[in-house]
Amino acid sequence: MPGTGRRLAGRLPKELAHACADVGEAGPGDAVAGVAPRFVARPASVAEAAAVLAAASALGMTSVPRGSGTRLAWGSPPASCDLVIDTSRMNKVLEHAAGDLVVRVEAGVGLDQLAGVLAQAGQRLALDPPGAVANGAGPGSGANGTIGGLLATGAAGPLRLRYGTPRDLAIGITVVRADGTVAKSGGKVVKNVAGYDLGKLFAGSYGTLGLIVEAAFRLHPQPAATSFVTLDAADADEASGVVAAAAGSPLAPSAVELDRPARGGPFRVGVLLEGDEDGVAERTARMIELLGSGLAHPFPPAQPSPPPWWGRGAAAASEGTLIRITFWAAELARVLAAIDAAASDAGLDPAVGGSAAAGVLYAAVGEEAEPAAVARFTAGLRDAVGRPAAVAAGEGPPAQGSAVVLRAPGGVRAAVDIWGPAPGLSLMRAIKDQFDPGQTMAPGRFAGGI
Amino acid sequence: MTAQATRGTARTTAQGAGSGAIGALIPRMTEICGRDGVLTDPAELATYECDGLTAHRCSPGLVVLPTTAEQVAAIVFACAQAKIPFVARGSGTGLSGGALPRADGVLIVTSKMRRVIAIDPDSRRAIVEPGVTNLAVSKAAEPFGLFYAPDPSSQVVCSVGGNVAENSGGAHCLKNGFTVHHVTGLQVVTPDGDLCWLGDGTGAAPGYDLVGAFIGSEGTLGIVTKVIVKLTRIPEAVTTLLAAFRTMGAGGAAVSAIIGSGILPAAIEMMDALAIEAAEAAVACRYPEGAGAVLIVELDGPAGDVVRETEAVRAICEREGAYEIRAAHDAAERTAIWTGRKSAFAAVGRISPAYIVQDGVVPRTALGEVLDRIAELSAASGVRVANVFHAGDGNLHPLVLFDDAKPGAEEAAEEVSGAILDLCISHGGSITGEHGVGADKSKYMPKMFGPGDLDTMQLLRCAFDPAGLCNPGKIFPTPRLCGEVPGVRREPHPLVAAGKVDQF
Repeated sequence: MPGTGRRLAGRLPKELAHACADVGEAGPGDAVAGVAPRFVARPASVAEAAAVLAAASALGMTSVPRGSGTRLAWGSPPASCDLVIDTSRMNKVLEHAAGDLVVRVEAGVGLDQLAGVLAQAGQRLALDPPGAVANGAGPGSGANGTIGGLLATGAAGPLRLRYGTPRDLAIGITVVRADGTVAKSGGKVVKNVAGYDLGKLFAGSYGTLGLIVEAAFRLHPQPAATSFVTLDAADADEASGVVAAAAGSPLAPSAVELDRPARGGPFRVGVLLEGDEDGVAERTARMIELLGSGLAHPFPPAQPSPPPWWGRGAAAASEGTLIRITFWAAELARVLAAIDAAASDAGLDPAVGGSAAAGVLYAAVGEEAEPAAVARFTAGLRDAVGRPAAVAAGEGPPAQGSAVVLRAPGGVRAAVDIWGPAPGLSLMRAIKDQFDPGQTMAPGRFAGGI
Repeated sequence: MTAQATRGTARTTAQGAGSGAIGALIPRMTEICGRDGVLTDPAELATYECDGLTAHRCSPGLVVLPTTAEQVAAIVFACAQAKIPFVARGSGTGLSGGALPRADGVLIVTSKMRRVIAIDPDSRRAIVEPGVTNLAVSKAAEPFGLFYAPDPSSQVVCSVGGNVAENSGGAHCLKNGFTVHHVTGLQVVTPDGDLCWLGDGTGAAPGYDLVGAFIGSEGTLGIVTKVIVKLTRIPEAVTTLLAAFRTMGAGGAAVSAIIGSGILPAAIEMMDALAIEAAEAAVACRYPEGAGAVLIVELDGPAGDVVRETEAVRAICEREGAYEIRAAHDAAERTAIWTGRKSAFAAVGRISPAYIVQDGVVPRTALGEVLDRIAELSAASGVRVANVFHAGDGNLHPLVLFDDAKPGAEEAAEEVSGAILDLCISHGGSITGEHGVGADKSKYMPKMFGPGDLDTMQLLRCAFDPAGLCNPGKIFPTPRLCGEVPGVRREPHPLVAAGKVDQF
């Protein structure tokens, strides 16, 4: 394991000990995507976090931020990791302005913890990352990750169709740069165009630009009623048709999901409708009528709670390789066919599912799969989705989609290009060089080796 | 108070475009854009001396009107080589001087780039050129039952490229969000003249969110040459309510109660008595007599929901003291209600020779208190302030009235205007909700952000534009020196690589 030999090399530098009250040697459970750090610091405030980073960068140490570690295995392994900066002690909900539908939190606040606070005012942060317990997550379970981790990975679940991803709901952010400089952008009002929006840049940056320490979000009221309209489609084409009809309807679905546990299995389609009791009942009936009109088989009754697979399918797989495939929504049937073709070519049988109407699917391949087969599968996916936009006849972007390996076992990581091509990579490198000239923040974790 | 400098008309006349460093660029620009695409006559240049904010004026050194992305890239490359600053301009409707030209620079006008390149109704995406007007996108999408959601008041003329630069909102952004929520890919020319794509149209491209970082950067990170926008399903039903209240306090309480009930209207707009008076004088909108405040609430969505929400909003308004409520169910009735609101800015000209529009934001729950303080400021100074605002998201547009023929009146208005922004900042708000910082509000940035914040924002600027040639002097009161960063490798420009242009 890389880095293990170095753990014996250094004692805790006194500068680091002075900077942070809670810093110590790393243990075996602190590895980041297989790379063992030497130390773990747990700052309890923005000032302490800034002091830690200033000390670490003065010592030339490399740092990787960590929340509760839910998605710490996502991304490439860091090229070097001397220090893990753990935000779990920065766990205060700083301000919940219920009347303004805004909340301001420290980065280490858990999603469950936050959901509990917001629920008291009948509100929610409309983000439901894969693996989260949908609709009524039990506060305090800690299983759903932290706000900082959510922002840093840009993870989003079924609700992305209506509410977007963390970058869409974040309205302000405070970060600590590699050199310890504290910087904020945005604020705590939803409508605000003063200055550059660093929240967009840091959302999905995997800790490579700095440490996220605080964030403010736009909130939404919790819906009074929910309804899940589900059906098993006969095949990929029927599933694609149902997804398109639901998404194109005037019935304002909050989510349209697809799930297929294994090749040859049924394509389950689920549509989430939210609102007041009467509206949801009315729209549920209309949705069933709309989607059922072309189907040979009868429609199962809608349910007020999610089906067992909702938000817990391929995207929430906890073992093996997880790949996120993005595409223009109209390409769904072609992408599903391409996934099967690539899987069949590689001799794999991935679970497939995700926010089909939003152009996001996940493929999960078991732990036991051969790295070469996974590499072949990934390359096949990239061939299929990395094409120019057909609609624009050569005037659109050179690729209209991507396949990113979010998480993989060590053998697979060594065999595949985790990120694949990224549009605007030279600008991304320039940004990284400005924010982190010493290349000490999560080096090598990101697209293009950033 | 430095307010006077904001409006102080810094008029600079062109030195005659034929001379100096700019003059030396003319042959190359003519080669790129053709004779029709290059303006050098001082009278023609003067027509581009300001955007929608006429207080700042400066005739550009040269104006070019490219028709393709490749032309924009060649223009920017030539400017970068000659170290000449350049400024992009769409339709010139901006309200913060973001497209204010430079006498020593080139103004790149995208108004000839007006193609709607493609519409993909099933993906709910369109690819358009930056000079396409905001409304033209919705018109092109309408046959598919779709529209482009951001709707700034100037949507008939404002360009999508300008919307990207300013992260434009509009009355309906309360529900639908801003430009940044509806753009998923950009083709841009970087400040060194590279033509490249940011994002891939999916909204989830791998790597940093360059699209999100670029939108709202006010033309300082590059020039947009193609835009991939999200299209939204046209709502099944729309209802517009107009409710008249005796006082602003009652209207404000109704706004809080509506939001508190869990309803998210498409728009909630409010006008005070002075703004109503102006609108009546200008367009005879026939709002209820004796109103101290008028609230416009628009609800859209599935038909059944809109009916129920309309009833709920009506009941809330009545409970909060509305003495007259009108409902519009068709386009004509809706237009009648919106006419007064949409004409309010221009209408103020009927009751005052001159005025300043502010664009501050406060948390919605602070609206009542801030409006009271604005009234106090107005009473104490004798400067009249008309209030028109997007009440749902706390975005104030106080119109500070003055008579520019009276000595000292403008300075007094400036002082009130600046005090209003101070109020917004002290209540945790923002100096601008949708108009941008531009040339107009850069001096207020240090009141909202600390040196570390501004320095960090400018790191992004340095990554895109280390030479500081792309719309310099906007947003930031003090430019950051970018310096050489080790490890940055830039490939040669494709025109250089292809041997078509000499690097000099």
